[in-house]
Amino acid sequence: MIRGLAGVLATLVLLTGAAAAVPVDEKTVHDVAAQLRCVVCQSLSVADSPSETANQMRGIIRERLAAGESPAEVRAYFVEKYGEWILLAPPKSGFNLLVWVVPFAGLGLGLVLVAIVLRRWSRNTPSGAPAGVDPALRERIRREMAEKDSP
Amino acid sequence: MRASWLRWVIPAAVVPVLMLLAYGFKTNPREIPSPLLDRPAAAFTVTTFAGSPLSLESLRGKVVMLNFWASWCRPACYEEAPALERTWREYKDKGVVVVGIDIQDREEAARTFLAEFGHSFPNAPDPAGRIAVDYGVYGVPETFFIDRKGRVRFKQVGALTDELARQRLDTLLKEPS
Amino acid sequence: MIPELGYGATVAALALALWGAVATAGAARTGRADLLRSGERAAVGIWVLITACIALMLYAFLTFDFSVRYVAFNTNRGTPFYYRITALWGALEGSIVLWSWLLSIYALIVVVQYRRRQPELYPWVLSVMLGTLAFFLLVMTIPAPPFERLSPIPPDGRGLNPLLEDSGMITHPVALYLGFTGFTVPFAFAVAALIVKRTGEEWITITRRWTIIAWYFLSLGLLIGGWWSYHVLGWGGYWAWDPVENAAFMPWLTATAFLHSVMIQERRHMLKLWNLGLIFLTFGLTLFGTFLTRSGIIGSVHSFTQGSIGVFFLAFLALVLLGSFSLLASRVDRLRAEGVLDSVVSRESMFLLNNLFLVAAAFTVFFGTVFPLLSEAVRGVKVSVGAPFFNLVNIPIFLALLFLMGVGPLIAWRRASAENLKRNFLKPVLAGVVAAAILRGLGVGNALVLTAMALVVFVAGTISLDLFRAVRTRRRNGNGWAAATFGLLLRQNRRYGGFIVHLGILVIALGVAGSQAWSVQTEVTLQKGQTVDLAGYHVRFDGLDATEESNHAKVTGTFTLSNGRRGETVLLPGRKFYPQEQTPIAAVDYRLGLLEDVYLVLGDFSRDGSQATVKLQVNRMVSWLWIGGLVLTLGAALAILPEARRPA
Repeated sequence: MIRGLAGVLATLVLLTGAAAAVPVDEKTVHDVAAQLRCVVCQSLSVADSPSETANQMRGIIRERLAAGESPAEVRAYFVEKYGEWILLAPPKSGFNLLVWVVPFAGLGLGLVLVAIVLRRWSRNTPSGAPAGVDPALRERIRREMAEKDSP
Repeated sequence: MRASWLRWVIPAAVVPVLMLLAYGFKTNPREIPSPLLDRPAAAFTVTTFAGSPLSLESLRGKVVMLNFWASWCRPACYEEAPALERTWREYKDKGVVVVGIDIQDREEAARTFLAEFGHSFPNAPDPAGRIAVDYGVYGVPETFFIDRKGRVRFKQVGALTDELARQRLDTLLKEPS
Repeated sequence: MIPELGYGATVAALALALWGAVATAGAARTGRADLLRSGERAAVGIWVLITACIALMLYAFLTFDFSVRYVAFNTNRGTPFYYRITALWGALEGSIVLWSWLLSIYALIVVVQYRRRQPELYPWVLSVMLGTLAFFLLVMTIPAPPFERLSPIPPDGRGLNPLLEDSGMITHPVALYLGFTGFTVPFAFAVAALIVKRTGEEWITITRRWTIIAWYFLSLGLLIGGWWSYHVLGWGGYWAWDPVENAAFMPWLTATAFLHSVMIQERRHMLKLWNLGLIFLTFGLTLFGTFLTRSGIIGSVHSFTQGSIGVFFLAFLALVLLGSFSLLASRVDRLRAEGVLDSVVSRESMFLLNNLFLVAAAFTVFFGTVFPLLSEAVRGVKVSVGAPFFNLVNIPIFLALLFLMGVGPLIAWRRASAENLKRNFLKPVLAGVVAAAILRGLGVGNALVLTAMALVVFVAGTISLDLFRAVRTRRRNGNGWAAATFGLLLRQNRRYGGFIVHLGILVIALGVAGSQAWSVQTEVTLQKGQTVDLAGYHVRFDGLDATEESNHAKVTGTFTLSNGRRGETVLLPGRKFYPQEQTPIAAVDYRLGLLEDVYLVLGDFSRDGSQATVKLQVNRMVSWLWIGGLVLTLGAALAILPEARRPA
């Protein structure tokens, strides 16, 4: 109990000692790093990349978060230095909205087309087969009967 | 049943895609335009390999050629190193300062590099990569030309040549401080 | 000597291919058997010449003949023996040789298989294949000649890209190319069928096995690529949505759609137009993938060199796409659907949805891959489109496909009655829900993971239920369980081969879901003797060693791994310093396990070996991806077996 209390006190002292220092959650560093593109690799994020550059960038992220910047501000800093290209996925605004919207729009359009095709197929004149026995079941029966008869 | 022109939609739709791909030949995916051009250069303070402090502020009023290099950067950094030293010797009395920043390097290898080329302009390591990121560096070598007012005006990606350096420096030297 | 001989063989092969394509087309139009025979002989000649090229190149590699530019650029005197052989396809020019060689083998197989069996289609099929060969040989002659002479002859070569000195890179290109080139055959048959106006199911039935085999090799190539990424690149992941990964993934997606939609055309005579378009698109995407890797328009792990090769590929891609789709457009009237549907709840509609989702995924991947180019063209601003985008859009699609995988094979054709639905799906759905509940109880909170797991259990349930019922019925003949199962699998090998392939995909899905959700990592600097703990594992840094290999210097860290249960393991991650490379290459070490892998990457270290930075990962369920690949192999093998004969 006393050890725990001492620990808390020590932490408080450390925190107040470092004037503006904010304790940094490694997960936050990882989250921010995962949104940035490693500049020397192809397609890897700063979080994933084993390169030295990515290592240093993670250090800078950690420093800035510790200095009190928000994740958005850290991201904005990198965009200011490298351009939009540094973000691993384009911001959802302006022309870039296109990349976020078009796939879903395409999927929606596709669903509509599938519905139209299904309707058209249903409207073709029915062949007049007797309702009741499912054709797949009939096929299976036939096959199993044939197997039964084989030696 | 359907309008006969509809059938040609798919072959026609292929054309703009092909044109976009053809456009791709004109681009270079490895070259990223710098957003720092015509903006104030990021301030920094370093300790040179010679042991003295150096800050960008103190160089205000002069034209600064800021070069990022590394001893493991072959062949480009080795190709441009003599040109850097020559440029420095030619322009140092004309109000130009050449500064080299060494990134992601080991001290020993860096000093060997400097000794090999006899660099007499200030060089400093950037151990945590802060300066490199502040200048949006994504490879070596990269050289930034900063005018007398402290703004980044040109960026050279890849090895620098004497002519290119001269061209840039002459342009910036003509401007008032 | 070798450069000149090789170049001569290449030009001769090109001439033969051009002649062969023209002669067989002429034979198709006029019916002249002599032209056809000439074209067949050309096909044989091409294979002989390309094989000779390969033999010459291998000889040059093995004798360190640096007068051949390709040899000098891709090996040096220190390159180990087997990598000198596989360096053949390690760079651009050689990869084209490999592609051409595999294509020429496929052309020969087509000659042998179909010259008597398909007299009407065969001449056009051969013409298309020889025409495609002619294109690749043209590339080998003009923009990317492998037999360029280097003068003066350097004393030593540059060396193979160190990332390629690995078993994965030996097999990955071969598997991938067997897949890519394999799709030339169904494509050729589709074109032939359209030209001669035999637009029924024939071309599909003939090419069924080709499609499965090509699809399988493409899947294998993708998995090996993932394995290579995982154990070589040092980031502990197997897929990065890199443009070239995407380029191979797109044809895989459309080929999977094609595999399924042809079943509808076979049974119900519908989707004729769609299937033709789909195989044209798939073949086009294989060319697009090659174009992407070689043109330099999009930066990537794989990008070879630039030069004019991109122009050649774009021109051929344009010819193929515009030509085949125009041919399709001109024959549209012969492609009416003949079948009827009674209900939207039926197997036909499940297959349509399957196709929709797969093609939507392919479109998403395509759009995301070319969007940076579009952005630059329109706004002049470069953007990146990476994992966050692809994951966001594709994960829901893949979950939907998982669901369809369970429903599709068992739902009735034409109209599924309530009885049919209840009988086949009630228990599996319950099983899925129960599985999700159990996982939730065990502390899994992530909704996506829960959904994925529930779906996996659901699909496994439908497959098991169907298999169990079928075997039980068969047993009524008096067979034992094993005999009945075996007999069933062989008798209905198409159906159950497909089921086993689905099982393989399930296993892979499990691996992907588990590894994304439950893997952990940490990065720490250790002094000698210090330890780090993660997920129950205890890792101690014991020291560093420096060694000299034949073509690189290596620093290896010794780490002792223990977790109480399995005893101690020594892991040796290192960093390799190749003189021709700018930065060191990570040599990862790992201990693989069924449920989790321990993965170590060596980072910075001090010169005296007293401290080292290490990244430690515990990656869960990754082995299931490779196991899934094995299951896929079994399923595909079963599916392509010859049909069991019925007694007279």
